[in-house]
Amino acid sequence: MSTTLTLKTAAQLRATYLRGEMLPSIFCDGCGLGNVLNYTLWALEQLGTDLDRTVFVSGIGCSSRLSGYVNADGMHTTHGRALSFASGIKAANPDLTVIVFTGDGDGVGIGGNHFLHAIRRNMDLTVILVNNFTYGMTGGQAAPTTPVGSFSTTTPYGNIEHPLDICELAKAIGAPYIARWPVSYPYQPIKSIAQGISKRGFSLIEMLVPCHTAYGRRNGLKDLEVIWQWYRDHVVLLDDYDHITQFGSPEEQAALREKIKIGVFQDVERECFDERWAALVERVKL
Amino acid sequence: MSTYRERIRQALGGKVQFVQGDDACAYGAILAGCTFFAGYPITPATEVAERMSEILPLLGGCYIQMEDEIASLGAIIGASWTGAKVMTATSGPGFSLMQENLGYGIMTETPCVIINVQRSGPSTGQPTLAAYGDMMQARWGTHGDHEIIMLCPSNVQEALDLTIVAFNLAERYRTPVLLFIDGELGHMRERLVIPEDGEFELVDRVRAERRAGYKPFEAGESLVPAFAPFGSGYRTYVTGLTHNEQGLPRTSSAPIHDQLVRRLSDKITTHSDDIVRYEAYHTDDCEIAIVAYGLTARTCRDVVDEGRRRGIKVGMLRLITIWPFPETLVADLAKRVDAMLVPEMNLGQIVHPIREAVEGRCRVKLLAKIGGDLHSPHELLEALEELRCQPR
Repeated sequence: MSTTLTLKTAAQLRATYLRGEMLPSIFCDGCGLGNVLNYTLWALEQLGTDLDRTVFVSGIGCSSRLSGYVNADGMHTTHGRALSFASGIKAANPDLTVIVFTGDGDGVGIGGNHFLHAIRRNMDLTVILVNNFTYGMTGGQAAPTTPVGSFSTTTPYGNIEHPLDICELAKAIGAPYIARWPVSYPYQPIKSIAQGISKRGFSLIEMLVPCHTAYGRRNGLKDLEVIWQWYRDHVVLLDDYDHITQFGSPEEQAALREKIKIGVFQDVERECFDERWAALVERVKL
Repeated sequence: MSTYRERIRQALGGKVQFVQGDDACAYGAILAGCTFFAGYPITPATEVAERMSEILPLLGGCYIQMEDEIASLGAIIGASWTGAKVMTATSGPGFSLMQENLGYGIMTETPCVIINVQRSGPSTGQPTLAAYGDMMQARWGTHGDHEIIMLCPSNVQEALDLTIVAFNLAERYRTPVLLFIDGELGHMRERLVIPEDGEFELVDRVRAERRAGYKPFEAGESLVPAFAPFGSGYRTYVTGLTHNEQGLPRTSSAPIHDQLVRRLSDKITTHSDDIVRYEAYHTDDCEIAIVAYGLTARTCRDVVDEGRRRGIKVGMLRLITIWPFPETLVADLAKRVDAMLVPEMNLGQIVHPIREAVEGRCRVKLLAKIGGDLHSPHELLEALEELRCQPR
């Protein structure tokens, strides 16, 4: 992979990679999902990935609609189950590149069990999980990622449950590649998605994407500029987090509690399911 | 170097074996060309997964134990889209979990086979005992309008033979096919003869031949679209949403939904002659017909013989294909008999489509039995005697 990015324009990407008949997209004006798709396509462009040999799998929700816009094999499955379908595709044909688009509700709410076990098996999948803190497509209900105190259509008096840290969970189970970036960072997500696709094994790229329509408007973040600023103010790079934890003032350390860590959480090598299965077959086959 | 078919024979072992119904389902799948199995352990279906986990790696196939039955069906549907022949196996609680993805398989026209080794319910019920309580769940368990194909063998040999048929039907009509046995048949050992290649049919789904103008969900006269596996360059989009012939979501159009869902139903109902299998035993001259299926039909066959010895003109229609329901077959029989006796190992499920087909043309008596015990010859004979004595 080259170290410099020569990016196609959005119009060029559209002509090269997207299904024209699916456009315009269903996404709200100002939604970051389009950016996530662009980052993914730029990453594929950088890698020179063969789209004829790539399958995009997704579950249900706004982010899961992304698979339909890419002009490649795609599978828009049932709510929460994308990883099980993707695991079947990859296990049956390990030569295919399998990329999963999912959301926070789809991926770690209803689909939490599959998330856990796809990582445990180390299926060679690249999972681009879009976290918008809410169930956007159904109009903004509380999700497993909704911050404490936030308002949603099902937490009209404020959310009392603790949100899940998806990347820390993935790290605990042993995913070999994990990164989290807000959509407002234009370069790092492309690099992480490319690294994730190149990685043999389970890669998780969690994208923090503001949903001003369903989440923002109930939490004083309706205005696009305001919600994007909220993300800038509420993230901290992993290195800075560690530095502040060690050397920061009590005030700086207290401020950390309100922040979401971003960066590359994990980048290690670990044998994946299809490699281990191939070795087993080699050992026992007739 | 031996051929794949030769290696299958080698992997399955001796030609004549003494095995369980669950084993026979696994053997049938392998003979049918199944190369991918995903499952989750559940009594009394676990042995199907155990056999598949032993045999598939010997042949270079893939066995994967998923985290639940939802994932199992998801995984085989995904694998089927790479072009593989696929199967999963479960029992009632697992089959309940599979309902949503079953509908997805129907909507996306994905060939796959699901074995249900039934136990009694509701809920966890009686895990090790026989029951046929999922017959209607098979028909209507997943939401929305749909047709389903379901086969019901009566013995271990037939479990193998019909599993091959299930694969063939799944491939031919591009749809999930259900094969239902029960805990008794699943765990019962009987003589099994493994058929030679050439003694059974092998069907592969029709493949797309030309990329130009290809529409993944456009069907010709057969009503079954041509298949292009993932990775073959056709760039197919598959969705459970209502979709047009290109496969793209069109969720607000009544005509597109109507056209799609009717075609999915019609591709099964218009081919019912090819799908429906049954066995008629002494039905030519019978006055009372036992209409039975699955394990129960075995006892009924002996009861027909004994009934005839006692002077009762009795015969049996054994339903092998339960869904699509062989309505014409049952209706025709109803014109010729005084009464039908329907013994079921549930509180009455298939008796409903039977009554619907009969339309009052003859009496229909349900003999329901639950709890795990099979119908005894005595109680079946008693029911026959009662039917004989009742005035028309």
